[in-house]
This record gives sequence, C-alpha cells and structure tokens, in this order.
Amino acid sequence: MKMTGARILLECLKREGVDTVFGYPGGTVINLYDELFSFKDIRHILPRHEQAGVHAADGFARATGRVGVAIATSGPGATNTVTGIATAYMDSIPLVVITGQVPTALIGNDAFQEVDIIGITRPCTKHNFLVKDVKDIATIIKKAFYIARTGRPGPVLVDLPKDVQIATAEFEYPESIELRSYKPTVEGHPKQVEKAVSMLLAAKKPVIYVGGGAISGDAAGELTALATRLHIPVTTTLMGLGSFPEDDPLSLKLLGMHGTYFANMAVTNCDLLVAVGARFDDRVTGKIATFAPHAKIIHMDVDPTSIRKNVRVDLPIVGQVKEVLGRMLKSLDESGDKVAAFHAAIEPWLAEIEGWKQKHPMTYKQTSSVIKPQFVIQKLRELSAPDAIVATDVGQHQMWTAQFFGFREPRTLLSSGGLGTMGFGLPAAMGAQAAFPNRQVIAVCGDGGFQMNLQEMATLVQNRLPVKIVILNNNFLGMVRQWQELFFDKRYSQTCMELPIDFIKLAEAFGAKGFQATKSDEVEATIKKAFETPGPVIMEFKIAREEKVLPMVPAGASLNEMVLNA
Amino acid sequence: MRHTITVLVENEFGVLSRVAGLFSGRGFNIDSLSVAPTNDETISRMTIVTRGDDQILEQISKQLNKLVDVIKVIDFTEGEVIEREMALVKVTAEDAARAEVLRIADIFRAKIIDVTPKSFTVEATGTPEKIDAILELLRPLGLKELVRTGPVAIGRGAKALKG
Ligand SMILES: Cc1cc2nc3c(=O)[nH]c(=O)nc-3n(C[C@H](O)[C@H](O)[C@H](O)COP(=O)(O)OP(=O)(O)OC[C@H]3O[C@@H](n4cnc5c(N)ncnc54)[C@H](O)[C@@H]3O)c2cc1C
Ligand SMILES: Cc1ncc(C[n+]2csc(CCOP(=O)(O)OP(=O)(O)O)c2C)c(N)n1
Ligand SMILES: [Mg+2]
Repeated sequence: MKMTGARILLECLKREGVDTVFGYPGGTVINLYDELFSFKDIRHILPRHEQAGVHAADGFARATGRVGVAIATSGPGATNTVTGIATAYMDSIPLVVITGQVPTALIGNDAFQEVDIIGITRPCTKHNFLVKDVKDIATIIKKAFYIARTGRPGPVLVDLPKDVQIATAEFEYPESIELRSYKPTVEGHPKQVEKAVSMLLAAKKPVIYVGGGAISGDAAGELTALATRLHIPVTTTLMGLGSFPEDDPLSLKLLGMHGTYFANMAVTNCDLLVAVGARFDDRVTGKIATFAPHAKIIHMDVDPTSIRKNVRVDLPIVGQVKEVLGRMLKSLDESGDKVAAFHAAIEPWLAEIEGWKQKHPMTYKQTSSVIKPQFVIQKLRELSAPDAIVATDVGQHQMWTAQFFGFREPRTLLSSGGLGTMGFGLPAAMGAQAAFPNRQVIAVCGDGGFQMNLQEMATLVQNRLPVKIVILNNNFLGMVRQWQELFFDKRYSQTCMELPIDFIKLAEAFGAKGFQATKSDEVEATIKKAFETPGPVIMEFKIAREEKVLPMVPAGASLNEMVLNA
Repeated sequence: MRHTITVLVENEFGVLSRVAGLFSGRGFNIDSLSVAPTNDETISRMTIVTRGDDQILEQISKQLNKLVDVIKVIDFTEGEVIEREMALVKVTAEDAARAEVLRIADIFRAKIIDVTPKSFTVEATGTPEKIDAILELLRPLGLKELVRTGPVAIGRGAKALKG
C-alpha cells in the first residue's frame, strides 16, 4: 500500500516495538504530527522543551534497555536536542532522534528554521542520516535502530525533510539488515578468555572494576556469579552502580574521585584489575601514572577504541561482556580444585581490604538538627520500594546518591556521568516513569539543576507521571562551591543562588504537591508523606549548606591521595 | 612516525566530513588526504598520511574502523607499500634558466605541460621523496606555484584489496 513518508516513519517505529515517543511539533514535522493524530499505536508525550524530550527518551532507554525515541522540528527544535544527544552519546545510551528538516530543494539556502543538524551532531551521535528519498525511509529507520542498540550503543539521528514526509511510497519493512561496514564483535576471542581465566586464578590480589557496559550489556547476573564464585571484590563506576549488589560483602562500592577509601586503596594495591565494560575515565583513574601501579590489567569491552585509550592493558578482550563472562564461568566449571586453591590464596587480600573498610567506612557526621544530605539519601533507600528507580541531576547530590543509596539492581540508577548534564534528572525520571507507570521513580536534584528543566513539572502533571522529586537545597551550585572552597580560597564566585525559591508554591502552580523539611527529624515523615501522595510531588530538604562530598581525590592526584575530612 | 593509512569507505554523502571531523575532533594530524571512487563505484578509497606514536596510530585505526561508513582500514608500514604522488609546478623560466628547468625535468622524468615565454609548468610523478627532491632543485630557479596531490598508496604483491 502507498503511504506518505510520515506514515511510513510511524509504521517503522511500530515495527521496532516503539510504544512511547517524546516529541515537540513545528513547521517541518507538522505532516508527521498530522499522521500521528490518527495513529493510535504510539503514545506521544509532549515535553515542554526538546532537550527534556531527549533526556526523557534517554531515561526511558536507561531504565528499560530499549531504544528511546525523540522527535523535534528543524532549526531551534533540532538544536535544542543537541545537549540531550551528547549526554546519551557520552554514556552510550541507545536513542533514535528524528528531526524535521526544510524541504530538500531548500537545503543549503539558509531557509527558515534550517540548520545543518547532521553537521552539528556528527561528533555526538554514533551515526546520523539525512533522508533524501521517501523510498529510503524504511531501510534508514531499520539501520538507525540496529546501529543504536548493537555494539557499543549510542544515539542515532535521522533528519527527515518535509517534502520526504509528504511524498508517498510503497511501505515494506525490511526483516533484517546487513551493513558491510558495521559488524560489532560479540564473542570474545576464546584464547583470550582462557588466558583471562588463568590470569585470574594466578592472582593474589584481584579486583573487578565494573562499568556501564555491564549494565547496558545485561551482564549483572554473570558478573555477580563470577565474583561470588571466586570471592573477588567488585568496585563499580558511577555508570556501573547496580550491576553488583552494594550490600554484598564483596562490594567495594564506587571508585574514583568520590569513591570509597577502600575501593581506591584496593585498586591502588591490587595485582590484577579486571575491567568489565568500563572505560578508565579520568574521574576514575586520577593520575594515570599511578593508577593501579602493581596490577596486570584485563580489559573487556565491546568497543576496541576504549581499550588502551588511557591506560596500558595486558590482556584486551573485545566482545560483549555477557558472552565473555559467560565463557569464563564455563571454563571455571572445569577448574574446580584450582578454585579452592585460589580462595585460600586470596584470603590475606580480603583481610587487607576488610582492614581498609574498618579504617575508613563510607560515613558522615550528624552534628546538629540541620539536615545532612547523606541522611536524606539513606532514608530514601530505607523508605522506597526495593525496585525503585532513582534518576539524579548533576552535582553534589548526585555523588551523595551514588555513595549512600546502596544500589542493588541494574538500571535503577539513571545519571549523566560522561557529560555531567545539569537538568538531566527530572526529565530522565519522567522517561523512566513513562516506561514503568507502576514503579516508584525518584528524581534526586540540586536546587540549581532542578531549575534547568523545571518546566517538565507540567509534563508530569499532564501525563499523570507520579515522579517523586527530591530537591537537596543548599541554595548553592554546591559542587562548584566545593571546588571553590577547597581550591580557590572560598571565593564563591557566582555559586550562591541568592534568591530563595518557594518550591512548594512552584509545585502547586503546576498542580502538583510540595513538602518541605528543614530539620533532621522531619526527613522521614516528609518522605513518607510524599510517597503516600498520588501524583508528582516535590520534597524540598533544606540541607547543611556547606556540606562537602568526601572522600575526594583532587583532580590530577593519585587515587590513594584522597581528602578524607576537610 | 609517518604512516600511510588506506581507508575504504561507503561512497556516500558526508563520509569525508566524518573522517576529517574525526581527525580534527580528536586532535590527530593529517599531513595529506586524497580520495576518489574505486573500481567498485559504491566504495571510495582514501589515502591519509598521518603522524603519531604507536598508541596514537592504534587509536586512529580503531577510531576510523568505528565509523559506521568505514569498510576497511589498513595502516601500511614501510616496505610493503608503493606510494606515488603528483605535483604540478609553475617555475620562472627565462633565458638560461629555461634550459636548466628542462634538464631537471628530464632527470626526474617529469613533463612540461605548459609553456610561456616566462614560465614552464612541470608535471612530476613519483614517491613523495622524489617530489621533494625535484622541488628542491626547482625552488632556486623561481618556484611560482605548487600543487601536490598527496600520495596514493597500494600494497606490493599479487594480493589485492577488494574495490
Ligand atoms: C560530578 C561528577 C563526578 C563524578 N565522579 C565520579 C567518580 O567519583 N567515580 C566514577 O566512577 N565516576 C564518576 N563520574 C562519572 C564519570 O565522569 C564517567 O561517566 C564514568 O566514570 C564512566 O563510567 P564507565 O567507565 O563505566 O563508562 P561508560 O561510559 O558507562 O562506558 C561503558 C564502557 O563499556 C563499553 N560497553 C558498553 N556496552 C558493552 C557491552 N555490552 N559489552 C562490553 N562492553 C560494553 C563501552 O564501549 C564503554 O567503553 C562523575 C561524574 C560527574 C558528573
Ligand atoms: C549544564 C551544566 N552547566 C554547568 C555545569 C557545571 N556544574 C557541575 S555541578 C554544578 C552545580 C550544581 O548545583 P546544584 O544543582 O544545586 O547541585 P548541588 O551540587 O548543589 O547538589 C555545576 C554548575 C554542569 N555540570 N552542567
Ligand atoms: Mg545546590
């Protein structure tokens, strides 16, 4: 049957299993929106800003593991998506972003609302496409989804000129797709995997260092099985939190700049570091020259460019972590007696780590009745559902969440790690809530970042998305203030948010509810009340204004040069 | 170290800017780049001359491979590769210098492709080193304009790359 390009696009999305999209109309997508008007198989959510639309699609993707979809018009609509796309790109999140474009005949003419979004997003997409012929839409959409979700996932942008949406063609969706120039490696090389097993069993002080790849690659099960079978301690990056239960005695929790003392000491002193879907980010390694100085390094990653980008690697394994860890587990099945010997050999190491845990546990001081942000995060864990999803914004509150929530399941923490995008938290939570209407979704925000996308309160209320919003209000751009305190003689240049905002009234203006706590003993009741209240709720906690995120490895210092109290 | 990298890419809109953008975005050097379709018109072939240590060269190859439109990347190391470059050189050629230009061109098997009373235009082909050498001799005579293609490269022996 002949259909318009706009309709073909919608049919393609449906074939890809897309049931929810986040989009904003405009002149060059008006034909698409006209088709959508009568297309009932896709739920369309209208955010209040295209950036938030892309973050919502991103939150949807992080929470579900599926490809998130966002739509925007050409020109300003398209440029508004860029921060969202770059955020997803840095964290390897699969998205398909569809932008309208001026009619093909006008491209390059500085037409009304024309921008070269293909050029603009080239460095922050995994790939992008300009569709020039209605007959190509189906294949391009098929490719876009395939590229977005396979290999190292990432955002793909499809730019769709208005005349291509209007033109008609026969619709036929390709069953499968083959790209001669794109063939991601899935299985690790069997010999390398064998070597990894023997290196592991020969180690006396091993540590597993897990990143976002274990979550996007659905390998939490294999990882947990490997670590518990061999009794190997596990530390995770911000992106890896939830891949290994933090309440397990083998968990070393977060490593890096704001990681635990024991994780950073373990990495500094280990003799074997097994990196599982992690990319040796500078927030993790500190000074490269002194990073894991005594260790042999095994690095499993699906993207060869991640390997040996920042650190030397003794054994690279290119492949999906799920496959690689699965093979390692199988191989261990055949080395029973060696495993027992290994357990005995690493006893002293586990004892040494236990010593570090005793010496400097992850903690904070409760001095007065002023609310400590860490306490709020601990109470949130205590009072929330076991499968609650937590999205964070960027700043101190993000780090406190990472340090004190205690993540146990993959895809329960949604956080912008690589780009560190303020304004991410609220719309990401919105996307997750749209995917899981019946799960508890919490957005933990700072007072600064919340204001970067607070217009999405309207979207939450309109679409009955009952996100519970926590604002840890220090009336500061706290993370920057912390750096100014420590490294710039407390010269708080432009980090004090002079104007106090009435967040309760703000919530009410949108038709939501707001509660405030100013003292420690009000925290629990406030959270309970918010959780019991239907619909979106803001919980504002007036926290100790100059509380710092500790420990902290100063930028450029070695991991074992942590500031523990300052 | 100087490396000559051959990249086979889908002959599609925007591929050149993806490759060029990769080099500039990641701070890699491009000394020269030449590109044209191959025998298979759906494939274009690029020859890129670049510099860097082993780790950088490894990243360049991997990053190129990662581009969705890139089909194959070969980093030719010394010896296995034949490189040729062309230069068109406009030199001042008056009086006695006219004979000198002709003599140099002859030694390098270069051709005179345009003649005026005051100038010759010379077409020289060869390895980049040979082009450097002829230029060194022509320069003192009055080199008015120079255009070089940058090298193209092909592997030695019977084995061939598709395309
Ligand atoms: C204010 C602030 C402070 C921060 N402080 C810290 C900190 O103290 N500690 C910390 O850890 N982070 C911190 N971060 C986050 C940091 O910037 C990085 O985002 C993070 O460390 C990267 O995590 P990752 O290495 O797991 O990489 P990711 O970005 O998650 O990359 C995943 C890697 O796995 C690979 N991969 C993906 N899928 C698969 C698969 N299926 N199989 C195999 N490989 C796969 C990818 O190719 C990639 O190399 C901070 C961020 C902010 C904003
Ligand atoms: C879009 C954007 N602009 C600026 C920054 C730099 N930055 C990082 S953290 C931070 C402060 C965040 O303040 P707030 O949201 O109040 O959180 P807090 O640190 O106080 O918890 C800033 C300005 C950023 N990460 N993102
Ligand atoms: Mg703040």
